[in-house]
Amino acid sequence: MLAQSVFLILAVVALSSGVMVITRRNPVHSVIWLIVTLFSVGGIFLLQYAQFLFAVQIILYVGGIMVLYLFVIMLIRVETVAKQAPYSRQWAIGLGAVLVLACELMYGVYKGVESFHLGTPSRPPVDMNNTEAVAGVLYNNYMLPVEIASLLLLVAMVGAVLMAKKRFE
Amino acid sequence: MGNLWNQFFQRPDYLAIAPEIVLTLFGLGILMIDFMLERRDKFLNAVTALLGLGFAAVKLLMWMFQSQTPSYSGFDGRFSLDTFAIFLKLVIVLATAIVVLISVKYLEVEQVHLGEYYALLLLSAVGMMFLASGTDLIVLFIALELMALCEYVLTGFLRGNRRSNEAAMKFFLLGAFSSGLLLYGMSLLYGFSGSTRLADIQAALAQRPRGDALVWVAMITLLAGLFFKIAAVPFHQWTPDAYEGAPTSITAFISVAPKVGSFAIFLRLLLVGLKPFDGQWQLLVIGVAIATMTLGNLAALSQTNIKRFFGYSTISHVGYLLLGVIAAADGNRDGLLAVLIYLFVYAFMNLGAFAVIILMRRKDIIGDELDDLSGLMARAPGMALLMLVYLLSLAGIPPTAGFIGKYFIFLSLIETGHYYLAVLGVAYAVVALYYYFRIVVAMFMKRAPDQVPLESSWGLTVALVVTLAVTVAIGVYPEPLIRLAQTAAVPLF
Repeated sequence: MLAQSVFLILAVVALSSGVMVITRRNPVHSVIWLIVTLFSVGGIFLLQYAQFLFAVQIILYVGGIMVLYLFVIMLIRVETVAKQAPYSRQWAIGLGAVLVLACELMYGVYKGVESFHLGTPSRPPVDMNNTEAVAGVLYNNYMLPVEIASLLLLVAMVGAVLMAKKRFE
Repeated sequence: MGNLWNQFFQRPDYLAIAPEIVLTLFGLGILMIDFMLERRDKFLNAVTALLGLGFAAVKLLMWMFQSQTPSYSGFDGRFSLDTFAIFLKLVIVLATAIVVLISVKYLEVEQVHLGEYYALLLLSAVGMMFLASGTDLIVLFIALELMALCEYVLTGFLRGNRRSNEAAMKFFLLGAFSSGLLLYGMSLLYGFSGSTRLADIQAALAQRPRGDALVWVAMITLLAGLFFKIAAVPFHQWTPDAYEGAPTSITAFISVAPKVGSFAIFLRLLLVGLKPFDGQWQLLVIGVAIATMTLGNLAALSQTNIKRFFGYSTISHVGYLLLGVIAAADGNRDGLLAVLIYLFVYAFMNLGAFAVIILMRRKDIIGDELDDLSGLMARAPGMALLMLVYLLSLAGIPPTAGFIGKYFIFLSLIETGHYYLAVLGVAYAVVALYYYFRIVVAMFMKRAPDQVPLESSWGLTVALVVTLAVTVAIGVYPEPLIRLAQTAAVPLF
């Protein structure tokens, strides 16, 4: 009961701050609201006993990606952006399309829920170390993809340096 | 601690991926050695790359002929080194080696002779090799991305060239989009089965009713993503632009090696994961194969740029490969056999043709228009005759290797009763003969546009000799290849 009310609070905060992100004129304000969204999503992870995801959410998204956003915002001129109309003229059509899509998705979930055989979620013991379980799966069952992913990151780095280098030699 | 070590690192697993490990180490080595090389010594990077590829090939052959367990499944059932994987890995390694050989002189002429080029080639080959033996959705997807990311960077390798940049951009955006589609399909498959292993997915799909709408959605998104990767119509739009803008040696590479890697994931997903629904996806593949052959062959008729021309020619070959997949969907082992033989043969004949095209690139002459090949017979008769052999093989004329590839495709179609597809394939082979002979007419009947001498190099010579030898030898004496491909087809049936 308590968990449910906490979830509802977090969900409302996440959704409303998400709306705030796209309605603010000043990009810096949008970024601040995005932080609120990410924090509340992190809270929902914690509510599901996913401590690892919670930590990753805070460290990577709130910590890392937000700084990246702020860097980009520093590179553009905030004053001129704030004066521009925030929406294109087709916002009414866009809103209609979003509502139709939302209805479709809800109908799909309502009708198709049996197709995905979702097991009843077992409540993990509170003392179970969730992060350790993630590590076990990652470095045991999924060892190979983790290793290939490290190569993928290396290639991305080499490629980025190659593309950004001013000139050869 | 020791216990933990044994739990996570199992020695046989790492022996099974030894070829990939060797290639990765050589790729990283090239990145480091490159700093110590003078500009005129950059060809040593190519030598290092060839050494690495040689070691990988030796490792693969050793596994094939010495190991007691020719079919090994490791990494928690997510990686399988069977004859199917070894066959495709050998094709990938050989194709990459030939691309390294034809790259050296080209990169010198373009003045972008950098070590990163060879390192990315090797890492891309590593991605393809994992594609050949991945039996898990996550392994397959990450390997696919590793392969693709290297290709995007290599396509844009001529940074001073606007067409190269544009090609890389288009290739990257469409590639990312198609990866999204593929991933969506994969997520649905995971939703059905609760597992990312193909064997579990097959078992879970077997429980579902035929014509299940959700399976259709998963299948269509999955196939759309894969069709993008193998450049099948209507998902081919990136091909001509990427082929035209990329450095010619990379055009040769992406027209061959990634096709092998992409067909590896295509065959494994369809013939293992989606096996219970083979009647359903066969319909989709039939439609796409007809469209691919039609558009590829008809669009190639009117091209004037030779790299674009080979782009469309590649599309038409993908159409023929899909015909083999259609036969394999009916449980016909010859269909899979045909695809494997075709991939092998196609790699050599296409790379041979590209080696001749690269020869036309000289200082101040780009040499990628059809007219640049004019009068080749008068200037370099040997090269013109080589090109003639490759073109005959691409068109599928006996006694070249291309005929053997097409023969098995048509044989498998007739065995499974797809007569109309076989007739269509033969009809388009005639169209293909016409457009390949446009090049022959230019080479033998027209006058040369310039008098700048053609210079071969050791790499190009070796590449031409090898590709010619394979193209002719398989055409005359195909038995060894057929036997090899027959053992390679076993694990999927």
